[in-house]
Amino acid sequence: MNELIEKLKTQLIEQLNLEDIEPDEIVANEALFGDGLCLDSIDALEIIVLLEKEYNIKIGNPKEGKEIMYSIESLAKFITENKGK
Amino acid sequence: MNKLYINKHVKLLNNTVYIDQEKKFSVESDENFSSFAKSVYKNYEIKYSKFYKMDALCKLGFLSADLLLRDLNRENILPEEIAIITANSSSSLHTDKNYQKTLSEIPSPAVFVYTLPNIVSGEISIKNNIKGESLFFIQDKFDTKFISEYVKYLFENTNTKLCITGWIEINMNEDYQTDLYLISKNEGSLEFIETNLNVTYNHE
Repeated sequence: MNELIEKLKTQLIEQLNLEDIEPDEIVANEALFGDGLCLDSIDALEIIVLLEKEYNIKIGNPKEGKEIMYSIESLAKFITENKGK
Repeated sequence: MNKLYINKHVKLLNNTVYIDQEKKFSVESDENFSSFAKSVYKNYEIKYSKFYKMDALCKLGFLSADLLLRDLNRENILPEEIAIITANSSSSLHTDKNYQKTLSEIPSPAVFVYTLPNIVSGEISIKNNIKGESLFFIQDKFDTKFISEYVKYLFENTNTKLCITGWIEINMNEDYQTDLYLISKNEGSLEFIETNLNVTYNHE
């Protein structure tokens, strides 16, 4: 999963235009929204687009979105569990 | 009515920053707009987490407004007393075109939110805590008579004490130009009259 986490960091930086942030600065288990990377609701939509475009995965239950997108680690876990389903 | 004055003028054109007609900063002429904007952002040590997410039109207006408003004494001026009256000719076409490209796959929400020209006024307002009158006109060329009359009307008939006005343009070829003026009743070197709103174009 570590490889996926590193890949996700790069993809997020590109997808969300986080040009002033290096992959190493993103802590895998820290919150992406709020205090962490300060992402907003538009960024959440972009992450959903990223999941669908790059991994062909949809978040079936919107209520689970907050938990799935909490951190890079939770995103990687969700992708690992749902890829190819 | 009391006279109005141009307190400051910021122009971004040909990879160069001019403040009150003086060349202040520039980068190589072969750099594209994105590189130029990033260089201006870093050179003037602007800190704003959303900057890199903005589209080109917003970056252009945001940087120009930041240079226009820095060092300004806003004591006794409420956010509601600052107006933003701007115009351009290409509207948000530069971003509309980018958004159109994303339609073939999954449309990008982050690009979509910039497909209106007046979003630039919103970005300037959020960063600088401005809550006054805000209008963005689409005009073939900067209509100095119309804009200057509109700004004068605001000072005469509303609570406006300060106004950012001018031209914020980037077209589909990435030719860009801003001419932003800071207008107030405080005496400045130039009176705010139609003929002193000088917007000359480099891409006709």
